Amino acid sequence: MSHAANIVISILFDGLAYAMFLFITSVGLSVTMGLMNFVNLAHGAFAMVGGYIVVSLTRSLGIDFVPALVIAAVLVGFISVPFERLLYRRLYKATDLEQVLLTIGLAFMAIATFTYFYGPIPKSVPLPHWLEGDINLGFRAFPSYRAFLIIVGAVLVTVLWYAFERTNIGARIRAAVDNRRMAESVGINVDRLFTLTFAVGSGLAALGGGFAIQLFGLTPYFAVLYLVLFLIVVATGGLGSLKGTLLAALVIGIIDTGGKYMFPQAGNFFVYLITVVVLLIKPAGFYGRE
Amino acid sequence: MAASESMTRSVAGEAARSRAAEFLLRRHYLRWPEALPWLIAVGCFFVFPDRMTFGSQLLIMIMFALSLDLILGYAGIVTLGHAAFFGLGAYTVALASIKLGWTEPISGVFFGGAVAGLVGIVVGWFILRYRGLTLLMLTIAFAAMLQEGGNIRSDFTGGYDGLPGLTFDPLLGHFQYDLYGHTNYWYALAALAVVFFVVRRIVYSPFGQALTGIRENVRRMHSIGSPVHRRLVTVYAISAAIAGMAGALFTQTNAYVTLTVFDFDASAKVMVMLILGGTGRLYGAFLGAAVYMIFEDKLSKMSPTFWQFGIGLLLVLAVMFARRGLLGVGDTIRRKLAGRRAP
Repeated sequence: MSHAANIVISILFDGLAYAMFLFITSVGLSVTMGLMNFVNLAHGAFAMVGGYIVVSLTRSLGIDFVPALVIAAVLVGFISVPFERLLYRRLYKATDLEQVLLTIGLAFMAIATFTYFYGPIPKSVPLPHWLEGDINLGFRAFPSYRAFLIIVGAVLVTVLWYAFERTNIGARIRAAVDNRRMAESVGINVDRLFTLTFAVGSGLAALGGGFAIQLFGLTPYFAVLYLVLFLIVVATGGLGSLKGTLLAALVIGIIDTGGKYMFPQAGNFFVYLITVVVLLIKPAGFYGRE
Repeated sequence: MAASESMTRSVAGEAARSRAAEFLLRRHYLRWPEALPWLIAVGCFFVFPDRMTFGSQLLIMIMFALSLDLILGYAGIVTLGHAAFFGLGAYTVALASIKLGWTEPISGVFFGGAVAGLVGIVVGWFILRYRGLTLLMLTIAFAAMLQEGGNIRSDFTGGYDGLPGLTFDPLLGHFQYDLYGHTNYWYALAALAVVFFVVRRIVYSPFGQALTGIRENVRRMHSIGSPVHRRLVTVYAISAAIAGMAGALFTQTNAYVTLTVFDFDASAKVMVMLILGGTGRLYGAFLGAAVYMIFEDKLSKMSPTFWQFGIGLLLVLAVMFARRGLLGVGDTIRRKLAGRRAP
């Protein structure tokens, strides 16, 4: 195979893995923001907490990586409920600014707490041997960890798509995103729906956080470091749109990977450039409601 | 009977109207408590002569917070990227000193402010038609782009290692910079005083009134024919220029600048300071920046983790219980006391 084709395949593969990470972590944020118009800057903190739970489960309790991911996602889903019920709920009608301040305050507290218990040094996890090394697909080899991430991402996209488009709860969520008042007046309990989506979204963020350990290394600052990226995915995709979040995650994941591959010194420059261009042309994002 | 009733009502209405007119005519008058922050600032020089380096940094942060108050507190523009303009001013002065040999400090500050203000016009023109999350993301992305751009050209900007060892002419050709930061303190204080009275003038002008109208009800301002977009761009550019001047002072007083001035953290920090003090009331920037910087100085020496937790908790509590900042809490207490005295 020619060298150029090899590079393109590498970029597409790594970009796809990155996009799946972005999708898993951001999709909950998009739906909750679409439902309640709530600017949640603490979303990254839930991902960070998920990552540390995975670290503790694997390192201290000796649980395997994959079950640890699942446990972390479920745990964080439950942990997020009291936050939503006690704190977020009071600010649904408040201004953007107040929501930003509350959630950034929570993120700071989470960072400080985890720095206190885990220290500022990046953590890693022991992987099962089938996730280490490469997997050979005949024409070339791919890193198995990223392949696994892509498969999990694809499964989640399918499951979420089905839940969103083909189930009763999904229909209710779509109705509430489209027109909250109308949905309430036909008897949909939007508050309870929101608690549910918030918990699921936070759990998915925790899953993303667990995957991130191996990709980027986990420090308490993960909570704000990648937050801007999640917000970019949500804003460019369009609030509350599954399709939009997936498209935005793919565009940003692949272009960022390609950009870093070809211009390593540019960092995240291309991501921010795409964000500005997309938002100037389509301020509500790819599939957002104008 | 009915006539006399309507008569008394109209007299009462007249009185209320003239009280309102009186308030509008007098509200921009200087009141004596306004001298307090300046007296404290001068007093600090004599009480803490060895902490003047910290003092000048505090004054610069007050100026930065004041610039944010103009757009956030008065015009209601929520931004998490205001460090972009602070950084532009900071780098303009640094690069002008190295590449152009422009080492005269006062004109340097104006030059830094002018560059930031011009960029503010262009950026503001593009982004200020949006609100909410879109606007927030555009401001974050713009600051981040400047930072990444600076990193790409690190041969020019020094990257994250920064541009150390900048030199500037003595102030007014006469005052040398001393080890204790005394000259810098007076320099920053004088600059802050000038900027403050310009900002004060702006917020009490009809233009400032229009901004408050846009913050409170943008649709109504559109429907009475106010040029909303132009007003927002104007105030954004003014605010950017002031932030740029603060950044320029920052570079001059530290003789050093790195790309961290563009950090997301820096934008968030200045917003936290302003919220802590109280938005849309001029002196909120003074109180918030002072409280934040002094606590940060004391607590982060003991434990940075503890400090970070504390500031997070403070934000949560402020949003839950004191949405109008420390000055807002002061107002509530004063009103309660007054209510008790005259029931």
